Amino acid sequence: MNLLNTFFNIPILIDTFPLLLSGLLVTLEIGVTSIIAGLIGGLFLALVRLYGPGPTPFLAKIYIDIFRSIPLLVLLIVVYYALPFVGIRFSPFVSAVVALTLVSSAYTAEIFRAGIEAIPHGQFEASQALGLSPRHMMVDVILPQAIKIVIPPLTNNCINVLKDTALASVVAMPDLLKQATQAQALSANPTPLIGAALIYIALLWPLVSIVARLEKRFGREKRP
Amino acid sequence: MSPIIMISNLKKAYGIFTVLHGIDLDISEGEVVCVIGPSGSGKSTLIRCINRLEAFSDDSSIVVDGVTVGPGKALAKVRAEVGMVFQSFNLFPHLTVLKNVMLAPMRVRGTKPAEAERKARELLARVGIETQAEKYPGKLSGGQQQRVAIARALAMEPKVMLFDEPTSSLDPEMVGEVLDVMKTLAGTGVTMVVVTHEMGFARQVADRVIFMDGGRIIEQGTPTEIFDNPKEERTRSFLRAVLDH
Ligand SMILES: Nc1ncnc2c1ncn2[C@@H]1O[C@H](COP(=O)(O)OP(=O)(O)OP(=O)(O)O)[C@@H](O)[C@H]1O
Ligand SMILES: [Mg+2]
Repeated sequence: MNLLNTFFNIPILIDTFPLLLSGLLVTLEIGVTSIIAGLIGGLFLALVRLYGPGPTPFLAKIYIDIFRSIPLLVLLIVVYYALPFVGIRFSPFVSAVVALTLVSSAYTAEIFRAGIEAIPHGQFEASQALGLSPRHMMVDVILPQAIKIVIPPLTNNCINVLKDTALASVVAMPDLLKQATQAQALSANPTPLIGAALIYIALLWPLVSIVARLEKRFGREKRP
Repeated sequence: MSPIIMISNLKKAYGIFTVLHGIDLDISEGEVVCVIGPSGSGKSTLIRCINRLEAFSDDSSIVVDGVTVGPGKALAKVRAEVGMVFQSFNLFPHLTVLKNVMLAPMRVRGTKPAEAERKARELLARVGIETQAEKYPGKLSGGQQQRVAIARALAMEPKVMLFDEPTSSLDPEMVGEVLDVMKTLAGTGVTMVVVTHEMGFARQVADRVIFMDGGRIIEQGTPTEIFDNPKEERTRSFLRAVLDH
């Protein structure tokens, strides 16, 4: 059972497991922070894109297009390695969160926009005719209905952000992947990598199946 | 007393296509005005300009209860005073019937929830839906939904109520219940502008009937004048067409 010893060496796995867990914690910190910041930024961008004054919708569109085009790895490296040349120096954690948030808010903005645009025009007109302010119209009428539509794609986006946190290892962030590669180097055995892969799967599989269920449920629901 | 709605030289175009060709129309407080006319004649556009759901040309003017309808702060005041009922109800599907009626008074007028609820239940009773208050709109029949929509608009205590073909998307057996609510409303002194294809309702309830065609008011008068003794050929042929079938 040489293969098992090489790729799934239990003693090594037990030894390195605490390290992997500390990496998972970092992964979650980066991921959750970026997801939350991306949601806020994305909602803001979507509202500006749809209802902003003057040239701001155009600017929002440009932002969204740029950050959906740029590869995350490239952005991360620019933030961490290039910005210091102009005097902007972020820690690895902040660099990772900034890069992930910039990209996530661009995707989230498109999700929110699609959700808002899916609400029948009559809902806007009824709100306006009642005299609701734009803010109350959004908060009380439009967004509560749009939320149902955007939850499956938003959950999908969460999965992507959590996966993409692995890129933070290139800026020396001790996340799950980084800890695994270090443990692999120390123990001269790839088992920690396999362990990390399994932890990623254990973390994301439930989310993936939740998305599938949500899509089925909200897909079936008839919209008025 | 000056009219509650003063429309002068109302022009509206979509690109090069002119929908309203400079409409002049004054409506007195408490008046019930029915607007009739063929499809595409600009009836909906006319009443949607009154609360500026449609923007209109700058040299046009609409004044509602002394407030000029234009972009900006005054618009909120106009909309709070002008209720509207749509052909497709447009109830808020994520809120119960009761919450649909309570929302605008709480948000726009700052009414306390308890007071808003008391008022909402009273209005729902008035339109005969009090037992459905906790249901969601999707569970109601079309006629019931439209009556909720009327209650929702009335909750703002509007001086003017606009109706855009309120019975056109209803099954025939539900038209009566909605028209009955509107008839009762007409007796309460609220000013009503009703776009309708229900000639029986217009004849019975309207103080004035306006016939539109091609973005112009062709003829107006009492129901008797319009229905029994129309002067314009276009009015005559329209009435012949709708009353025949
Ligand atoms: N958003 C729009 N863009 C372009 N043209 C429009 C738009 N809305 C309405 N129109 C046109 O304006 C004209 C008047 O429309 P309006 O809805 O006011 O007519 P209407 O008298 O209410 O007709 P109906 O009885 O069918 O409801 C129609 O020819 C219509 O095609
Ligand atoms: Mg119409």
